[in-house]
Amino acid sequence: MSTATHDSPAGLHLPAAPHAAVRPASTGPTTTTSGPTDATTTATTHAPAASSAATTGAPARSSDIPPFPTGVQKLTFAKAITLGLRRALADDDKVLLMGEDIGRLGGVFRVTDGLQAEFGDDRVVDTPLAESGIVGTAIGLALRGYRPVLEIQFDGFIFPAYDQITTQLAKMHYRSRGRLNLPVVIRVPYGGGIGAVEHHSESPEVLFAHTAGLRVVTPSSPAEAYALIQQAVTSPDPVLFFEPKGRYWEKGEVDLDAPATAPHGDAATGMDTARVVRAGTDVTLVAYGPTVTTALKAAEAAAAEGTSIEVVDLRTLSPLDTATVAASVQRTGRCVVVHEAPVMYGTGAEVAARITEECFFHLEAPVLRVGGFHVPYPVAKIEHDYLPGLDRVLDAVDRALAF
Amino acid sequence: MSSSGLPHADLTPAAPGARPTGSPSGSTAPAAPWTPAATHGGPAAAPVLTTDGRAAAYSTSQPSSAQSSSAQPAFEGGPLAEEGLVQLLTPTGERVAHPEYDAYVAALTDDDLRAMYRDMVLVRRFDTEATALQRQGELALFAQALGQEAAQVGSGHALRPQDHVFPSYREHGVAHVRGVDLTDVLRLFRGVDHGGWDPVAHGFHLYTLVIGSHTLHATGYAMGVVRDGLVGTGDPEKDTAVVTYFGDGATSQGDVSEALVFAAVNQAPVVLFCQNNQWAISEPTTRQATVPIAARAPGFGIPAVRVDGNDVLASYAVTAQALERARSGGGPTFVEAFTYRMGAHTTSDDPSRYRSSEQEEYWRRRDPIERLRAYLESRDALPSQFLASLAAEGDALGEHIRTTIRAMGHPSAASMFEHVYATPHAGVEAERAWFESYESSFLDRPGHSEGSHR
Ligand SMILES: Cc1ncc(C[n+]2csc(CCOP(=O)(O)OP(=O)(O)O)c2C)c(N)n1
Ligand SMILES: [Mg+2]
Repeated sequence: MSTATHDSPAGLHLPAAPHAAVRPASTGPTTTTSGPTDATTTATTHAPAASSAATTGAPARSSDIPPFPTGVQKLTFAKAITLGLRRALADDDKVLLMGEDIGRLGGVFRVTDGLQAEFGDDRVVDTPLAESGIVGTAIGLALRGYRPVLEIQFDGFIFPAYDQITTQLAKMHYRSRGRLNLPVVIRVPYGGGIGAVEHHSESPEVLFAHTAGLRVVTPSSPAEAYALIQQAVTSPDPVLFFEPKGRYWEKGEVDLDAPATAPHGDAATGMDTARVVRAGTDVTLVAYGPTVTTALKAAEAAAAEGTSIEVVDLRTLSPLDTATVAASVQRTGRCVVVHEAPVMYGTGAEVAARITEECFFHLEAPVLRVGGFHVPYPVAKIEHDYLPGLDRVLDAVDRALAF
Repeated sequence: MSSSGLPHADLTPAAPGARPTGSPSGSTAPAAPWTPAATHGGPAAAPVLTTDGRAAAYSTSQPSSAQSSSAQPAFEGGPLAEEGLVQLLTPTGERVAHPEYDAYVAALTDDDLRAMYRDMVLVRRFDTEATALQRQGELALFAQALGQEAAQVGSGHALRPQDHVFPSYREHGVAHVRGVDLTDVLRLFRGVDHGGWDPVAHGFHLYTLVIGSHTLHATGYAMGVVRDGLVGTGDPEKDTAVVTYFGDGATSQGDVSEALVFAAVNQAPVVLFCQNNQWAISEPTTRQATVPIAARAPGFGIPAVRVDGNDVLASYAVTAQALERARSGGGPTFVEAFTYRMGAHTTSDDPSRYRSSEQEEYWRRRDPIERLRAYLESRDALPSQFLASLAAEGDALGEHIRTTIRAMGHPSAASMFEHVYATPHAGVEAERAWFESYESSFLDRPGHSEGSHR
């Protein structure tokens, strides 16, 4: 229900859209007029129009749009996604952004800030408040040759669209025996730790990883986010793109000139692959999305105590890059998986089973899991007792080492 | 409808023509008939039906170009038109006659009106206090009812104790009228509780944050009321209705359309009360509809009425009529209360990004509390003694809110394992046991500091 959460700097620490006063051309009459009057309503009994900024239909002048930044820059996670989307929109005019509050407002996390002003309200679309409708119509648009990139406002609000995603989006390529592709990306801010009310902090990624036909990707840093969002948009498959919202305001270096790389087939850059983000010898910590930072901090803390932790960032949950994880565990002999989602039937269970199958004789300890409990996401005041923080990760590392 | 209490009662829906008409008061016209003609021109041609069956005066001109990719209102005025709203008090507080709804307010005394005024003033005070507490870091978030007090308090006053309400998350005015301690409402916003009050004790369900879901719960609850034989008995202590509150944005959700379908075919005693506050976060109602929101309902066979939601008397009157229809077995009614979200969507929102201060100013001048105040003053019905005691009551409420919230603390970490299931669940119990031993292990492990969670 909220816009960006109270204690995140959403929208507050970001500069105002530099060109908010200019509206792009649209193919039809202006439809996003934000006041109680619009061009066709009778004005007599109506309140004043919204800000004049809203009602001009003039195309954005190129001088009002900041040039695409270049070089290596220190960016927030959110801004890296914004720029990745901006590049995707510029590269392919079939790319459309659709979602609730993503246009005029720039999204409740401001991830799409400025994009409607630059690309127009027919390419960055404020949709009706209906997630099933957003995904369902995106399927139709994709069938018509478009590449919709959807935003679900918060993890907990994807469920009205669950039917469209699992029964339609995931299966159409299969049912058509490969005749139809649905290159739809669904961006989902997910994860907790931001002090929000219920349904705003959940981690439902395995529900989608469990569904054949969907790719599930989740970046862990601004640089990853910039690259992976562009790959997701060019993938011919539907992609669930889970963004760790608790990390939106963390900064990292991003090479904005890095060429967009192919999503599939390249083990070094493709989105189907996991990555060793810190080398180590004693324990492999497997993480993804928001917990990669936690794992790196744990590795740092453990190093001070003489334990060498290798951190693997899964990056993609479907497909699961078991080879990279197995190679690491063959080196370390121990494996701990950490994620915010509940442990029960979770990614950790899948990794543990695969590693047990593939590295049984290398294992010095059972694969351990650290994650959420089998309870609904709790109230904000105690969410840090629920989430797998540094202490719980180090506790599991200690237990793995004690075998 | 079957009035059998048996769980397997025949639920064959009443044919539209078989709907019981009239009401105990005898003052309502029959429900608006479903007009098959409305379907021929497509949805855009469906007239908004007033409860007397007359189509309201919306132009039905078609879009000029069929090729237009725009969602321009096909109706002159579109979803933000102010024509055709039931109004009993003008914005300056003058009482205007209404042939249909005067009867519903005729019995209200000055004391009743002052009670409404009091509730509106107290709820606004609550909004102010809660917003301040959020700014001070005492609440994680807050969503104001600011500007919607008349719609909420007016409709809330039309309820009887046995009725049941399914709110969304902004209905603090209704919560207050239903006797919920407003500090309990803040438990959710402080992040110490997902609910906060006993829904059964108050006939007021928990807030629902997932837009639109609860409209189906309300409809199902109302279907249960019918099975229990508690509509159409003629006994005002027994006949029961259900109200669900939701926003303009919510009407786009599939669940809300499904609620309309189930309410109609079951002739459920439910009032679907939409507060069209003109905004769904940053999106104006023109992003959700091209015709007035109330125009959705007749296509489902549900009579609809548009009311000036800043007019507490009119809000009371249309709700009273709709509740009476529901209780007497006349089925569902859709109420669109046209109002304005005077504040931000929530304390996290910045409306200056998407709406003008002129618009905000326009609606500030149509403040629902000022309207009732002007009317009461014109009747000489606001004695200074009343105002003084109300001011004192407001201060006491403010004090109560501040001290209660600050003293709320937070729940124990282990409480997250409580009430996941109604009976013990081995998986939860095993995790709870692990968690408790893990927590106690910190007592003898100084190396790891509790709290360094991220
Ligand atoms: C299913 C779902 N999708 C999205 C949201 C995020 N959200 C919270 S409030 C809101 C706008 C609701 O507008 P409206 O129904 O008009 O109610 P109002 O806030 O104006 O009272 C949105 C999109 C949500 N809570 N639930
Ligand atoms: Mg609204």
